Amino acid sequence: MTDNATVRHHGSDMFEGYPVDTADTAGDQVVTNYTINFGPQHPAAHGVLRMVMELDGEIIERVDPHVGLLHRGTEKLIEYKTYLQALPYFDRLDYCSPLGMEHSYVLAIEKLLDLEVPERAQYLRVLFAELTRICNHMLNIGSHVMDVGAMTPNLWVFELREDCLNFFERASGARMHSAWFRPGGVHQDVPEKLLVDIGEWVDKRLPELFGDAMSLVIDNRIFKQRNVDIAVVSKEDALAWGFSGPMIRGSGIAWDLRKSQPYDAYAKMEFDIPVGTRGDCYDRFMVRVQEVYQSARIIKQCLRDMPSGPVASLDRKVSPPKRGEMKQSMESLIHHFKLYTEGFHVPAGEVYVATESPKGEFGVYLVSDGTNKPYRCKIRPTAFSHLQAMDFMCKGHMLADTTAIIGAIDVVFGECDR
Amino acid sequence: MASPAPLIAPRDGIVEALKKVVGGDLIAHVFAVGEDSITVRREAVAGVMVGLRDELAYQQLMEIAGVDYPDRPERFEVVYHLLSVTRNHRLRVRVLTDEATPVPSIVAVWPNAGWLEREVFDMYGVLFSGNPDLRRILTDYGFQGHPQRKDFPLTGYTELRYSEEDKRVVYEPVKLAQDFRSFDFLSPWEGADYILPGDEKAGGTGEAPGKGAPTPMTAEAVKKADEAKKAPPPTPKTTDNAKQTGAGDKANKEAAKPSKDSAKAKPAAKAKTPATKKAEKAPAKPKAAAKAPAKPRKPKAGGDA
Repeated sequence: MTDNATVRHHGSDMFEGYPVDTADTAGDQVVTNYTINFGPQHPAAHGVLRMVMELDGEIIERVDPHVGLLHRGTEKLIEYKTYLQALPYFDRLDYCSPLGMEHSYVLAIEKLLDLEVPERAQYLRVLFAELTRICNHMLNIGSHVMDVGAMTPNLWVFELREDCLNFFERASGARMHSAWFRPGGVHQDVPEKLLVDIGEWVDKRLPELFGDAMSLVIDNRIFKQRNVDIAVVSKEDALAWGFSGPMIRGSGIAWDLRKSQPYDAYAKMEFDIPVGTRGDCYDRFMVRVQEVYQSARIIKQCLRDMPSGPVASLDRKVSPPKRGEMKQSMESLIHHFKLYTEGFHVPAGEVYVATESPKGEFGVYLVSDGTNKPYRCKIRPTAFSHLQAMDFMCKGHMLADTTAIIGAIDVVFGECDR
Repeated sequence: MASPAPLIAPRDGIVEALKKVVGGDLIAHVFAVGEDSITVRREAVAGVMVGLRDELAYQQLMEIAGVDYPDRPERFEVVYHLLSVTRNHRLRVRVLTDEATPVPSIVAVWPNAGWLEREVFDMYGVLFSGNPDLRRILTDYGFQGHPQRKDFPLTGYTELRYSEEDKRVVYEPVKLAQDFRSFDFLSPWEGADYILPGDEKAGGTGEAPGKGAPTPMTAEAVKKADEAKKAPPPTPKTTDNAKQTGAGDKANKEAAKPSKDSAKAKPAAKAKTPATKKAEKAPAKPKAAAKAPAKPRKPKAGGDA
């Protein structure tokens, strides 16, 4: 009865060309393939991921990821909300980089409206999008390192993540779900002191603490053994499987939407695109590490060049007036009332706007029928394509490598399952 | 373009290139809001994708989105978003289908189409022929229905909870403690396509009477109201008594006064006579004279006054 499995085992590539005795001999254990459940509640699965794994001993033969355990019907809910009411849902997609999610959505609306955004608002958005990137990478780098056995660096980089969240709180009032990017700009201006503090943080604390933490990891022998040559993805595969972000850059393709299709003030920023050379988990990790330094560069340029002026569009048919104005002018009061009840109408049409979120290309396909609610809002999650490639990335690796591979994908299920 | 959205330069000669590569399978090409989108024949989509990937250098499939238009005969749109990393361009490819007709799968062209097609199948029930693994992906195990269809209610049909008695999660039909509130803030004078409560009584909406908002009127009241609506019987205007004339003593006194211009009136009457003579001569005139009182009304009706 076990003959089939035995033959299959012996017939795998490892033993190609060798004469193999398929007969059972006394005392030998016959190894058969067996299937295990990885998750849905597994600390290394970074959320609710269930993977049905077919193992041959400790070698992974096949992986079938089951996603959707965190499906909340965000796209359906958005169809029942006005454009502004739908915005906070985006914070809750990738809750590790909330502002990156909002970015695509507000840009999609602005593209349909053909709405001009003041320069200060564009700089503020870029500044906070990059802070979000650092925040996201801190979480990912930390947990990736912890998944393969190290404890200390995670605690250190979490300090930095905490700093970022404090900056978000000072700008928007909320640590995570900011809802701070709005169609037409940002919700409110930041205090001057906050910009000063971010500048000091980027100059001193970030490079020191992050450098210390990374010095423990990047040349660490155990860390390299767990990551180098694990889940190698060629350039061709990365393109075919729809990879984006650090996953495609780790495979050596210098593709970054901030560079190739610049939005907001990115066209004025100077930064480099780090790429990997081998396309393994270590490269993806190192791409993220380098991106943190590039983000710090962009933040410094934002702080240096940021002009003063309004932080939201002055088109009162889209962006609401200040509260003070509202108390003085009847027209402002009417605008305020109309924008927070009916909301603005978006001209009929369709756009697909994708931005470089910390995890890769995060796209919003927005179909408008000319009313105050989106007719359809399809969200393109980054993790969907990456997770789909788990099967071919895991094949032939050990079970313990799964955690490294998932860590290097940087998956968050709020966004994957929507 | 004023908006700060991602800058994508239009691709030169895309129209000719598409015509060459897609050929007869191209139904429409639209360039709107800075984005190229094409509609292709459903049956040919797999072949078209190969051409777009190999000849027009769209290396990546980023997204497959379904869209539901229940009023159309082919109600579903399947929208593919392609990206060219070498030419730095995006292209949207659209096919139309209905509930029963499958769309050819493009898993052989891009392996990541597998899950994306599964999602469209899960959410809309669009079938993909040739997809080796067309299971549901985002919804629950054993879920029924396709939640993104426009006719699927937002609340869904089943809800689940942990049952203390059964020691497991149980599925139950949805029971809402209060009605689902769907606020409609569309202003009625800017294109709301429904009848406001109360407007149906005016009868000007083309809506069948009694189909509007429920009314608290009794049958008798309705009958009375209907009778009131009927045009009142024509009552001939008479001057049978003094009241009907609208006159009184004051008016009579005024009328009794000798007119100041009675002297003028006489020459006027004389001047009239040639005209009346002429009128007698012309046979068409009496008709014209009969029409004359209607004339002042015309500007009102035509609105050109």
